Amino acid sequence: MAKPGLQPGSTLDGFHIEELIHRGGMARLWSVTRPGTDVPLLMKVPILGEGGDPAAIVSFEMEQMIMARISGPHVPHFVAAGDFAVHPYIVMERLAGKSLLPRLANLPLPYEEVAEIGWKAATALEDLHRQHVIHLDIKPSNILFRPSGEAVLIDFGLSRHTQLPDLMQEEFRLPYGTAPYMAPEQLLGVRHDPRTDQFGLGVLLYFFSTGERPFGESERMSTMKKRLWRDPKPPRALRPDYPPWLQEIVLRCLEVEPAWRYPTAAQLAFDLRNHSQIKLTARSERLKRDSFLTVMKRRFNPDQPKDWTPRTVAMPLPAAPIIAIALDLSEEAKVTNEALREAASRALTTMPGARLACLNVLRQSYISTRDTVLDEEGHNKHVNRLVALQHWAQPLKLREGRITFHVLEAVDPAAAILTYAEQNRVDQILVGARANSFARSLLGRISAKVAGEASCTVTVVRPRRQADGGGGDAEPAEKAGETASAG
Amino acid sequence: MLIAFMADVHANRQAFSACLDHAREKGAQRYVLLGDYAGYGADPAWTVAKVMELVEGGANAVLGNHDAAVGTPDDRMREEARTAIDWTRGQLGAEERRFLANLPLIDTGPGQLYVHADASAPEKWTYVLTVEEASRSLRSTEAQITFCGHTHRPALFSVTALSKMTAFVPFTDVSIPLHGLRRWQVVVGSVGQPRDGIPAAAYAMFDTDKKEITFLRVPYDIEGAAAAIRKARLPQFFAERLFAGR
Repeated sequence: MAKPGLQPGSTLDGFHIEELIHRGGMARLWSVTRPGTDVPLLMKVPILGEGGDPAAIVSFEMEQMIMARISGPHVPHFVAAGDFAVHPYIVMERLAGKSLLPRLANLPLPYEEVAEIGWKAATALEDLHRQHVIHLDIKPSNILFRPSGEAVLIDFGLSRHTQLPDLMQEEFRLPYGTAPYMAPEQLLGVRHDPRTDQFGLGVLLYFFSTGERPFGESERMSTMKKRLWRDPKPPRALRPDYPPWLQEIVLRCLEVEPAWRYPTAAQLAFDLRNHSQIKLTARSERLKRDSFLTVMKRRFNPDQPKDWTPRTVAMPLPAAPIIAIALDLSEEAKVTNEALREAASRALTTMPGARLACLNVLRQSYISTRDTVLDEEGHNKHVNRLVALQHWAQPLKLREGRITFHVLEAVDPAAAILTYAEQNRVDQILVGARANSFARSLLGRISAKVAGEASCTVTVVRPRRQADGGGGDAEPAEKAGETASAG
Repeated sequence: MLIAFMADVHANRQAFSACLDHAREKGAQRYVLLGDYAGYGADPAWTVAKVMELVEGGANAVLGNHDAAVGTPDDRMREEARTAIDWTRGQLGAEERRFLANLPLIDTGPGQLYVHADASAPEKWTYVLTVEEASRSLRSTEAQITFCGHTHRPALFSVTALSKMTAFVPFTDVSIPLHGLRRWQVVVGSVGQPRDGIPAAAYAMFDTDKKEITFLRVPYDIEGAAAAIRKARLPQFFAERLFAGR
């Protein structure tokens, strides 16, 4: 497989080689151009040679296979792959931004900024998991940001596509990954659980918010394995002002049992974005590590068998959706709101991992300014709406953490609901159809617009009509109970 | 070019015609038939005639253990299966029986090997279910891709130059690149009697340009196939198992 080395100025498969940007252990990165393509391109070429790590070949095989199959704003745009028999390479979009790696010089970062980074990264992970890919090497150097703000995940050399054979399966005696960020199950060779990526992100968030790595930097297997039974120092022990909500989130990501972490990256992202409503468990209060005795028990009496049964990436997602309910709190909508509660109750019964976000839009007039929202009257309105939402939800008897309440302030209610759903990776929106002709102009248009434009499932809920009363005026866009799937 | 690989039709006319229609619509340009056209099902004559017609048109076909048993009874077969073969013998004319008797154990295409079961000893009809069995089969050939059937369960194995194996249960309709750096064993599943818990007929399509294999499932008229089995007074169990895919 001897190849003439690439030189600046040479051409490969129509790509003009410009300059060597990076020389890593497993691959070199070249900036390349191609006539007719005006975006900056990057060519990744594996280092394969005498005495080279055979794992590098397999890793590159996997990366070629996976990159050709993923898309969207959270991964680099894939352009081309070169045949292994001729000259292996991957050409992809060259991202302008820097990774999180240079930020290591400024740690710890402000808590809100860490939450913002975490939210963006978790949103990117959710998108990747939906495409059946587990990254398995989440760390600062593999997370970049687009100028528009979205996180982009790079380097799929250790990743797993759960609908494709895992070529790494038998390849490695030692688990591959980046020592400080590896999840306990990764150390045992488990490569099929999307929640493994939450652990890597949890390590990153811990590190970025405290300035210390939760499990150190050692690459010795015996030291790395300590994370199977030794819990990290609670961040609050390191920084007294550490917010309990952030400790709750970070320590949940770092749970040894994948089942004790968030069911999905979307739910993690949701909590990072809406942290004022997080349910604070004992995790958030801890100031010390577990006692010596507890740790020894965990180490030598692993009485709880670990649940590492195979499951596909896509499986936990539909079982743990985020459902948003848009409620109109006016008197006319009372009956519709009861129907909405029934619909929510049905959805929650079938999906125990689901969480509910109750939305209400406080309409602003076009001329209102920010100041009027903050004045006392505006504040009272806001609080009253929150109280009304909680009152509506009370019969559902949902425990804290499964339900959140949000009053959105906007000129256009439908647009506010759509934006909320997009930013919070909502899986389904429940919205009431108009109750009667009085509310037609308002509610009818909202449900029609939401159903028509949402990028997730929208269910338009309507109380059953009396056979003789008021029927016949339904618009086609909102038939009772109609479920529309778009995008 | 798209090549459709079909195995273990087992005289299930409804499933075979559904798969052939499906493959034609998908644009299959060639057919490779991996044995066991006879046995269990109620339409051996129609099935073998169809196979002969496909071979006439350029398809490859290899011998399966049930096909071999039509000519030479196989003592190792279970009693019910033997009953079906005895009945089948009375259904097939001389020309069809001669066709089956003359089928090769192994056939080849460019870089490809076609066999009903384990390629290391095709006449022994050993199942390729585990990594060890796939490894033995792959060691015996030099072909980059070995296609087989016999287990009635779709599976995909690979081996690297350093003899590292991988095993995988494929997802329906997800194309998988068969990378040139390793050798592959494709177990295509059964058209006429799936046993992986999914009753729909199974076959696989290989795209020789993209070097991608796609495992496919085709729903078919199971009621019709089961009714035909009952009408032929074949063991009831053959009809029942079709509904469960077991």
